[in-house]
Amino acid sequence: MKRYLNTVVNEWFNKRVLGAILCVVVAFSILFMRLFYLQIMKGEEFLRLSENNSIRLESIVAPRGLIFDAEGGLLVDNRPSFDLRIIPRNAKPLEQTLKKLAHYTNIPEEDMMEKVRASNGRSSYKPVLLKQDIGRDAMASIEVNKFDLPGVVMDIRPVRHYINGQYAAHLIGYLGEINARELQGGAFAGCKGGDFIGRFGAEKTYEDLLRGKRGGRQVEVDVRGQVVKVLRTVSATPGQNLYLSLDCSLQKKAEELLQDRVGAVVAMDPMTGYILVMASSPTFDQNAFVSGMSRKEWNALISNPGYPMTNRVIQAEYPPASTYKIVTAIAGLEEGVIDLKTTHYCPGYYAMGNRVFRCWKRGGHGEMNVVSAIVESCDVFFYKVGEEVGVDKLASYARMFGLGERTGISLDNEGKGLIPTSEWKKKRIGESWQKGETLNVSIGQGFNLTTPLQMLVLTSAIANSGTLYQPQIVRRVEAADGIEVKNIEPVVTGTLTINPKTMDIVKRGLWEAVNTRKGTARGIKLKKYPISGKTGTAQLVSRKSRAGETVKEKDLSDYHKSHAWFVAYAPSEAPRIAVAVIVEHGEHGSTAAAPIAKELIKAYLEKQDRKNLAFTAQGRQTMPDGVVMAGE
Amino acid sequence: MGFDRRLVQYFDWGLLLLIIVLGIFGLVALYSAVTAGADIAQKILFTKQLIWYGAGLVAMTVFFLFSYKSLEKWADIIYGGCVFLLVGVLIFGKITGGSQRWLLLGPISVQPSEIAKVAVIIVLARYYSKYASERGFSFRGLVTPIILTAIPFILIVKQPDLGTAMVILLIAGTMTLFVKIERRTLIYSLSFGVLSGPLVWYFLKGYQKQRILTFLNPDRDPLGAGYHIIQSKIGIGSGYISGRGFLQGTQNALSFLPEQHTDFIFSVLAEEWGFIGASVLLLLFLFLIVWGLNIATNCRDNFGTILAVGITTLIMWQVLINIGMVMGLMPVVGVTLPFISYGGSSIVTMMICAGILLNISMRRFQFEK
Repeated sequence: MKRYLNTVVNEWFNKRVLGAILCVVVAFSILFMRLFYLQIMKGEEFLRLSENNSIRLESIVAPRGLIFDAEGGLLVDNRPSFDLRIIPRNAKPLEQTLKKLAHYTNIPEEDMMEKVRASNGRSSYKPVLLKQDIGRDAMASIEVNKFDLPGVVMDIRPVRHYINGQYAAHLIGYLGEINARELQGGAFAGCKGGDFIGRFGAEKTYEDLLRGKRGGRQVEVDVRGQVVKVLRTVSATPGQNLYLSLDCSLQKKAEELLQDRVGAVVAMDPMTGYILVMASSPTFDQNAFVSGMSRKEWNALISNPGYPMTNRVIQAEYPPASTYKIVTAIAGLEEGVIDLKTTHYCPGYYAMGNRVFRCWKRGGHGEMNVVSAIVESCDVFFYKVGEEVGVDKLASYARMFGLGERTGISLDNEGKGLIPTSEWKKKRIGESWQKGETLNVSIGQGFNLTTPLQMLVLTSAIANSGTLYQPQIVRRVEAADGIEVKNIEPVVTGTLTINPKTMDIVKRGLWEAVNTRKGTARGIKLKKYPISGKTGTAQLVSRKSRAGETVKEKDLSDYHKSHAWFVAYAPSEAPRIAVAVIVEHGEHGSTAAAPIAKELIKAYLEKQDRKNLAFTAQGRQTMPDGVVMAGE
Repeated sequence: MGFDRRLVQYFDWGLLLLIIVLGIFGLVALYSAVTAGADIAQKILFTKQLIWYGAGLVAMTVFFLFSYKSLEKWADIIYGGCVFLLVGVLIFGKITGGSQRWLLLGPISVQPSEIAKVAVIIVLARYYSKYASERGFSFRGLVTPIILTAIPFILIVKQPDLGTAMVILLIAGTMTLFVKIERRTLIYSLSFGVLSGPLVWYFLKGYQKQRILTFLNPDRDPLGAGYHIIQSKIGIGSGYISGRGFLQGTQNALSFLPEQHTDFIFSVLAEEWGFIGASVLLLLFLFLIVWGLNIATNCRDNFGTILAVGITTLIMWQVLINIGMVMGLMPVVGVTLPFISYGGSSIVTMMICAGILLNISMRRFQFEK
């Protein structure tokens, strides 16, 4: 330390400052020389380059990934959109150019003038967008007459094309223009203003996969803006392709069956959880979003009383009605409240204290056991079961099936539904649970709410004897070159811890409901493929009016008519498809919902069998050939 | 303690004039950069910059009123405060364009890395003024300065703001060379630097390597840095001898230049004012730097001398890097042009630097024996 105390005298620094000044002068000389080189020696060349604004940066838009169905049929691709722009400063005389342009494109001249005025004015160098997506014909007539249209620029931009508009609109979704907040946030790196990003459905969920990476090139252009030379290119990386699990023909059929009705149909492979059909009605046309929608169109869409923008399969919550009796039956059997031999007599009503709870069948079902109660959907039997099990125990079985929770499908805005417990009611409403409410809950009415998808997962778990699968909409993701492939494997989200005997009893009930004379869904019986299913009729108003008179279904106005439910799987022994159908205000599950399920099951299984047959036939053709040859 | 009349007598009017002329140069160039052709919304930037100059003048005045000797006393607190703010930026900072450089203080956002440069200069000046000897510093003597530089350097690299971090490193290096390093230590540290380079390279991740390669060679990124450099060169070159005239630059008007009001403002200026205008600006900077070094010579106090050298070094490196960058001599890094570029933190910091130089200059008599 001691030697540091002898610090230098200040004069010592002066010599060093002199050295520093010398270094600075040298460094500045280099700057001067460079300036001289750029401005004096190369000045003329750079002046020429800048006169023509001749070097430009052009962005190469990355094509968005395509979307296919399970069989590789193209559902969504990209098409060119021709956007008309004008550089006001080059378009002299402006009025005359716009007049000619109006003649070629049928865009009113005043509208275009307004656009020019609204931007930086008539002497601006910046291109002004006159109209997006002018169409192929208008583009052609402008290109042909380009010499006559100074300052007119045509931009080609890929836009989304939904090959069958409206088809699976809620599942596939649509795009919308990126907004300022999204551009600033870090989530959409590489996006620019004017880009379109997924706003709904799979387009939104898989945005990161579908969106590619933008490229660009430095180009030299001449005075007229034509590219003379490409200096450097960075190619764009296209987005990845999605292969949905959707069965195209089945989806079409489902949408046809739902046409002019309000409701939803969803089907999946009960052994994997892959969604085969997802239809919600009414629907909307995704192509209307492609070039941006006017405020008026958008308002009309969202204020539509049918809520076409709602994906009823996952967003709408309905009382599960009699389909919920599956849960009540299992709870009763598992809790030991009933067994296969237990019978209850149904006189058509159930009296509890001074209240009377009716069965849907006014005359009563008579003596019922658990199987016949499922088959004929007897309310009184399940009132008794529910009463003995209790609401909280019942809720724990519903939870085991995933009810009251989101299934976790990769689509936004999924509803949770509601499975009430006494604690829930205390917290939420502040009142204690009433015994009578348990009766309503045990037949799927009251506070109970489920989405069609939740009921489908439940039905599938019965079909496969106890496994809950995550519903999935994508089977495979492929890079644009097709080399890198990622298969999406089935995901198990839970297993039912119930006695195999219980499962068999419930399955028998569901089979008999379709395949026996007394079954509520006997009307949809198929000879070739045994179906198992359960109907449901979700009441929106109490069957008993205030005056104590029973109101008949047919006397209700359309908006108070019950929702029709049907859940099913087939073939009963080795299920390949599970379906959930709801038709709003369809009155009866057996007449409104079940036939839709039947049509889908039939179409799907027939198609599959045809394919299998063709496959084995093909195998036979080649195999025995060799045998015959050898014999000869 | 009465007011010393010599403070007025020794006031460095020449330096003040130089600063004001540079400021006017900057405002004229900025006016052109933000008004010609570009978005109308940018015009407000000019008004903002005027306000920043006002704030800068106040900051400058504050920094020459008290004696610079108190900076020596307060060095630890200034440095500590800066490190604290830099840590704050990493935790609470606003993210823009992928890096976290701004700290929101009510309606204004500040860039602590700008003021950190000055803080590093002050602590290093204090340390070196205490321990400098004619033999120069050995490695043991350099441990403290290395740590003092490394802390803000690492925090700024983390943001990441490679340009500012590099400037801090260059300032610290220049100051250390100025106070002299032992020949042996110098040779060892140079060879250590050369050898450790490849080793560090080996441990970097792929994308980090890419970033550094682009940093060194903008042509690797033809759509980003490479394009900016070409456009900037065209802008400067097309100015020719006398320039295109005020508000007439087309490279600027057509927004071919990136960041035309901040990092690339020199090319706007060179395009519109030509070789003559650009040379005048370069000469003004040269004067300013020589003037600053002259203040260092005239100061009779070691702390003051080294402080003046440090501040002048800061201005010099920013000028060299910024102008070198827009002329395609150096990699593209975000370093502003002192007194000219748009930006509150940059302007206020530079005015504080000017205040410190004025401070040292007007108190040179206090140590005359």
